[in-house]
Amino acid sequence: MASLAEKILGRAVGRGLRPGEVVEVTAQRIMVHDSIAPAVRRILTANLGHDRPLHPERMAVVIDHVAPAANLATAESQRDLRGWVAANGIRDFHDAGDGIAHQLLIEDRIARPGEIVIGSDSHSTSYGAVCAFGTGMGATDIALAVATGRTWFRVPETIRIEVTGSFGPGVGAKDLALTVTGRLGADGAIYSALEYRGVAALSVAERTTLASMAVEAGAKVGLVHPEGLPAEQAAPDWLLADDDHEPRGRRLEIDLDRLEPMLARPGRVDDVAPISEFEGRAVDVVYVGTCTNGRHEDIARVAGLLRGRRVAAGTRLIVVPASRASMAAAVADGSIATLLEAGAVIGPPGCGACIGRHMGVLAAGEVCLFTGNRNFRGRMGSPEAEIYLGSPEVAAATAVAGRLGDPRAILEVIC
Amino acid sequence: MARIWSFGSDVDTDQIVPGRYAPYMTRDEELGRYAFIEARPDFAAAVRPGDLIVAGPNFGCGSSREYAAQALHLTGLAGIFAPSFARIFYRNAANLGLRLFEADLREELGDGEEVDFDFEGRVIRAGGRELAIEEPPELLLRAWQAGGLAALLFAEARR
Ligand code: SF4
Repeated sequence: MASLAEKILGRAVGRGLRPGEVVEVTAQRIMVHDSIAPAVRRILTANLGHDRPLHPERMAVVIDHVAPAANLATAESQRDLRGWVAANGIRDFHDAGDGIAHQLLIEDRIARPGEIVIGSDSHSTSYGAVCAFGTGMGATDIALAVATGRTWFRVPETIRIEVTGSFGPGVGAKDLALTVTGRLGADGAIYSALEYRGVAALSVAERTTLASMAVEAGAKVGLVHPEGLPAEQAAPDWLLADDDHEPRGRRLEIDLDRLEPMLARPGRVDDVAPISEFEGRAVDVVYVGTCTNGRHEDIARVAGLLRGRRVAAGTRLIVVPASRASMAAAVADGSIATLLEAGAVIGPPGCGACIGRHMGVLAAGEVCLFTGNRNFRGRMGSPEAEIYLGSPEVAAATAVAGRLGDPRAILEVIC
Repeated sequence: MARIWSFGSDVDTDQIVPGRYAPYMTRDEELGRYAFIEARPDFAAAVRPGDLIVAGPNFGCGSSREYAAQALHLTGLAGIFAPSFARIFYRNAANLGLRLFEADLREELGDGEEVDFDFEGRVIRAGGRELAIEEPPELLLRAWQAGGLAALLFAEARR
């Protein structure tokens, strides 16, 4: 019986597939962002003598990595990118301030269930939230797809994550994603597909947290079963039809009822342990944002816990919404006002300091609680800074205490 | 002679080239100088063309930044040996012509060891020992000869 990955690739080539086969397929969507676009254009020009996409209507171009521009080099590069977009009639273009590419492609339904969507960014696995075969590639692979409309894949083995139960208070999708990364290890899903099952009750936002982090276990795609997607993002019947009763590959079983708030220790995404092991560690910066946990739901959770409280003296809370729509919703429901009152800094929607290029980079010796997806040494600035990965709820508890904290402690006070 | 540079497991792209050294912040031809700039500052200064990296599993994990593979390629490395590679890094290296070998040589070869890498003979000679190299896939051999898989595929695209 076919896994979701086999079904989507099989549909694209019109026959049944087995893991290990190599297939050539049409790239139905190609996402390019500001950080990689110059390289893609340079490679196209060097090899073809021009940099025109074969199918401009399949392109999605987003300025999110250094948005708005941080310096002259990025400003000029982004000016050139806007020129390229206009010259080629690329309609799916999002300028600085619209948000993070992955969030926008899902929000605007550019990435659709059952489609093959490739992006110049490793977290293109995010599109698995709506069960699109989303995966990241480097500049040359993307340039080849831009030039030919095609790309190739080795059909991945599938690792099924069977989820049961429901999240307890203060526990959420990030804790599940961290648990999976910890259990599989950073190379546990290399060349493979992750397939989440039993998560029909999860929102698209929660699914995006899971799919975005699939790559942290090395996975090619992180497909969340499309059952339970909202009507406007519903999957086609061929994808929904559940013919997969006997999975061939590995399985991982996780009971949400027993899940606790989890953290990843600095340096390794798979060095994961419950919050109780870390409580009390002083934190300089709490950073809420990114394609993993910067959506309205995430911001609202942080605001919910911060209402009537203040960020601890000596700690900074930086909140960077994943998109303009996320920010607008957080303004509309009062979350942003709550965060400002609590002492937070609000950044413009985009990647912010996630890759250490601007707006909140970390100095040597600083400790950060980050709701993003990577805690590699040097990721957010100084290689001597320490990054802990955790959920929005842990971020809120940590901001209030000025130390790594368990959100369940504040929740008890609220209840 | 080629020098062995040993690395551990899960060497990520932020270690290979931090995001702050992205190409348009840095001139392309200089990228090689930033290979492992913070994780192992002695590397870029001392690595010579023909040297080899021997590492643990999941080499190149993390970001899709092709300039990580490009920076290593520009140092003239003759190959990277690891039990497994992160898939995006693997594709990037294939496209650029950087030679990756899925093999675990950590027990065999130590950091700083001087060896003779005879690629045509598919063998590494180290202090009287001979380590056989598995035959690489045919497509990769053709790609390496053409200067990278991208060169082959673009030639097809132009036709
Ligand atoms: S938010 Fe961070 S991880 Fe997500 S796309 Fe931007 S830089 Fe990458």
